[in-house]
Amino acid sequence: MRARTWKLVGTVVVVAAVGVLIGLYVSKLTTEAGSPSYTVPVKTVNGKPVVDLTIETVAAVGPELSPSHPDFVSYLIRNAQGKWERDTVWHLPAHATVHVTIYNFDGASGLRNSYLARPQGTDGNTYTVDGKTLDVINPDDASHTFAVPAYGLIVALPGVADDAKNQCGYAPCALSMAHRTIQFTFHTGSAGHFRWQCFVPCAAGWLYGFGGPMQTIGYMDGFLNVA
Amino acid sequence: MSATAPTTQPGPNHARRVIVAWIVFSLIATPLVAIFVGPNIPPGNGSDQATQQVFDNTVMVALLTPVICLLLVFFVYALAQFRKQRGGDIVDGPPLREHRMVQLLWIVLTSLTVLFLAGFGTFELLQNGAGGGQGPSPIAVPSGQKLQVQVIAQQWEFTYRYPSYGGLETSQLILPADTLIELHVTSLDVVHSFWAYQLGIKADANPGVDNIAYLKTKGPRTFSVHCAELCGLWHGYMFSQGKVVSSSDFSAWLHQQEALFASVKQYMPAYANAYYPDPQRRAG
Amino acid sequence: MRRLLGFNLLTGIVLGVAGWYAGWYAAHAIVGPSIDYFADVDYNELSVVLAYLGGVLGFLIGLGFLNYPILRLRGYPPSLREKETAGTGRYFGLCTDHKVVGIQYLVGIGVFFFIGGLNAMLIRIELLSPSRQVFPAGTYLTIVGIHGTMMMGMMSSAILGPFGNYLIPILIGARRMAFPRIEALTFWLLMAGGVILETTVFFGGFPTGWTGYEPLNTQGNPGMDCYLIFFALVGISMTLLGLNMIATIVTMRAPGLTWTRLPIFVWGILSTSVLMVLAAPVLIATLGMALLDRTAQTSFFIPSAGGSNYLYENLFWVFGHPEVYILALPGFAIVLELLPVFARKPLWGYRLAISGLLGVSLLSWFVWQHHLFVSGINGDLRPFYMLSTELISIPTGFTFLCGMMTLWRGKIRYTVPMLFCLAWFFNFLIGGLSGVFLSDVPSDVTTHGSFFSMAHFHYTIMGGLIFTFFAGIYYWVPKMTGFQLNETMGKIHFWWMFIAFNATFAPLFAAGFLGQPRRVVTYPADLTFINQWVSVSAFILGAAQLFFVFNLVYSLVFKRIPAEANPWESKSIEWQLPSPVPVYNFSKIPVFSSDPYGYGEPARPVAVPASSPAGRD
Repeated sequence: MRARTWKLVGTVVVVAAVGVLIGLYVSKLTTEAGSPSYTVPVKTVNGKPVVDLTIETVAAVGPELSPSHPDFVSYLIRNAQGKWERDTVWHLPAHATVHVTIYNFDGASGLRNSYLARPQGTDGNTYTVDGKTLDVINPDDASHTFAVPAYGLIVALPGVADDAKNQCGYAPCALSMAHRTIQFTFHTGSAGHFRWQCFVPCAAGWLYGFGGPMQTIGYMDGFLNVA
Repeated sequence: MSATAPTTQPGPNHARRVIVAWIVFSLIATPLVAIFVGPNIPPGNGSDQATQQVFDNTVMVALLTPVICLLLVFFVYALAQFRKQRGGDIVDGPPLREHRMVQLLWIVLTSLTVLFLAGFGTFELLQNGAGGGQGPSPIAVPSGQKLQVQVIAQQWEFTYRYPSYGGLETSQLILPADTLIELHVTSLDVVHSFWAYQLGIKADANPGVDNIAYLKTKGPRTFSVHCAELCGLWHGYMFSQGKVVSSSDFSAWLHQQEALFASVKQYMPAYANAYYPDPQRRAG
Repeated sequence: MRRLLGFNLLTGIVLGVAGWYAGWYAAHAIVGPSIDYFADVDYNELSVVLAYLGGVLGFLIGLGFLNYPILRLRGYPPSLREKETAGTGRYFGLCTDHKVVGIQYLVGIGVFFFIGGLNAMLIRIELLSPSRQVFPAGTYLTIVGIHGTMMMGMMSSAILGPFGNYLIPILIGARRMAFPRIEALTFWLLMAGGVILETTVFFGGFPTGWTGYEPLNTQGNPGMDCYLIFFALVGISMTLLGLNMIATIVTMRAPGLTWTRLPIFVWGILSTSVLMVLAAPVLIATLGMALLDRTAQTSFFIPSAGGSNYLYENLFWVFGHPEVYILALPGFAIVLELLPVFARKPLWGYRLAISGLLGVSLLSWFVWQHHLFVSGINGDLRPFYMLSTELISIPTGFTFLCGMMTLWRGKIRYTVPMLFCLAWFFNFLIGGLSGVFLSDVPSDVTTHGSFFSMAHFHYTIMGGLIFTFFAGIYYWVPKMTGFQLNETMGKIHFWWMFIAFNATFAPLFAAGFLGQPRRVVTYPADLTFINQWVSVSAFILGAAQLFFVFNLVYSLVFKRIPAEANPWESKSIEWQLPSPVPVYNFSKIPVFSSDPYGYGEPARPVAVPASSPAGRD
């Protein structure tokens, strides 16, 4: 009888330990290399939803925003309080007009496929760079891309000149530092789950520049959750 | 003892029963499968290659139906008939160790089936490649004029170039109907695979390599393009829709794309069968 | 207390951790974080690799594997017995008793089978919905990779490890394997590897799936090195395991045991071992090259730097195809071995069965490019590989014929091991016929890289190998432990598993034909119902395995009903020994006079003890 009780206790302990280990494993997996989501505030203009998206791209995201990967390049989004967050999963309303402003603080790496140097999927298939309306940039000047392939949206972000003064090191970057301002407008359709990514090989040190931050959600990749 | 007489009698009966049942089942099932199942096996009739694959699958499934019938009949019969008696002692069965004729028949029949399938598959394959990528020097080349379309795979999107239209590059694959097309599939970084499902085309995209596949489109339709080789984070999202359109719609679309392409044309590399990206692209 | 001071698992872990740190800091000393090109500035790639290698070395030294070589170098005479008669502590260290190693393997592989299965459940949770991301997309790829890699790496030794090690000496009338310490080494290498693979989640995971295709391989995070090192350790383990089996079977058979009297199970192990010894080194070399590409800036597989991704693909599949026959052949061996016992008839077509096994073994070297039909290989090659792949179904068919004719006019008993063997016919038929479709190039154009291919190999590997793995467990665990497994629970487990297995994998053929590629985190909305059905069935299948564990614990820990020496009334020699088998196997080396399939024939013993006093050591 005593032996049986010990066996029961032992079995329960082992099962509990296994359960805890599985729980830890699964929770590690659900949170690893992901991103919390951010709901972009919606305005209504003439009865239609309009959204202002302000994002920036930085050369090194810094230990504050990413303790495990301070040297990763990253996208950041400005929240309603004006603080920059590292979220790449954004909730947008369906059938909305989205005005995007991107501040790029990073230098150029160059596009692998020059075709992507031409903006597409935006209003008029053009965009504004530092106030000038352009329909193409030199692919070698591209620093990052904001692209939502399901929408046919591709926008190449020209980089800060190599010899520019006051370049940003670690994020967060102040607007007084060297940067380019890119603005464009696109439209969301019906509800869905759409990935977005950068197309410039900007992950320093990885083969073809497409490893590390370029393959991790929360840095250079994310989702548009349109609802 | 006359114990030997009853044991030899049921023998031939079993074999005859199984064989007759097998033949009857096969004669019923095979035509049913060939007529009703085969033609409904994907990928459908979106192109000559897809139709060819459906035919190929129909022949195979029809040939394999008697095989399935044999095993089905055999096992259902044997497992029911040759059970040990419930509750009885464990007794041994007859010490049958081999039967030359059965072995010979089996070897011959399986070999013939297999050789036929290999030959039939080769015949189908050599017509025009059956939609699969054949590498830079294809051997199964259909005759006639071909429209060259290059499929460029990159992490994580396909783009397409049309050399006969000034090296025009687009992000959507639009093809003219009833046209023989020579697809050149290549990659700019890792290994991808171009899979146009309804058109029955699949060709791996390798960096620095030109993988050629032949396609003869039929009528206008939409088809889905998926990447079929794991290529990193967005492999599961590397899909899009392509279209087969009438020749007039195709020309109209080309004009539209040429207008879009005009501004970036000056920066594009010349059209080539393969491109060699620098492995070391790094920031700064 | 004194026993704890010896070399065992604890010292192994301690020295393993020490070795890890030694490797890590050695790498930092060699190259600072300034190595560009492949280094992630957060960790030095070389550190991860050297740390793991140091860890493995430390682990093996801590277990005591260096002790004997050092003793011999110091001039001590050869000796054999180490800790063979001690208690449960034997199972947690280096033990040269092949029966202990067999049980270590069974438990060790069992644990990793469940970890691999857990990952499969996580995959199916993700695939319940095409739009909801349960796991971040990159982590999902790591889960897919861990599932495949863990299963392929661990299950290659699923039969040879537990049952080969435990039974081969007994079946051939020997007291040990040819190389007992190497035998123990193969087990601990596998365990170290399994732990290393799981730690990939701490290094960013790996994006390539179990095939590790280049150049994506080189692009991966440092977690990729965990995959490379795990598989290299598996390769070394497999090579040594196969070597040991061949040496034992060829040289240590007891008197009278000619090749034509050998149990078919031994022939199956032999044909599998030949494949292991020849194929695994190719894998080790390939992964070594991939590691060099990742750390030393070589470019074996980087096309734009002069290498070729085709080189990787071909080298990998030259290993990869024999690998799947390494998985399948032991299944054939178990089915052919068990059917005579439960049909009470001799194995029908013994020589045909052997030619089937050896034929599959031989032909498996000539088919590997069927994995590369649409990859752009030279068109001339495709008809040849189509033919060779179709041809391999001929020797596979011999196994079917011999099994079916063994059942013919038998007196079949539907015990739990028999049920699993019968299910093998059903599953492998479906798996094999789907293989015929895949080997036909036009058909393969649509099905390559899709869920059809997935369903095919799950039917052959899980439906083939894993079902026979359970058959072996239910059949031999009473002999290995001396306790019965509950028969009713076994039957429930069988039917639960068989139905859930088919419900899970049969619809995947359709999913593949309908256009769903492999390793994808989302799929077209019209395939949602199939995926949800498959996921729910998979959860039921997972629950079946938990029920099996419940049976194991219930029968072996709580109930502990002693098993008779020969509960299955088999004529094979292991059943003429007591359960569990005593440490020295035989008090006298037996002399064999026939094969173990004399059912229905005049009774004569398979083997008698040699009249001379204790045979070989």
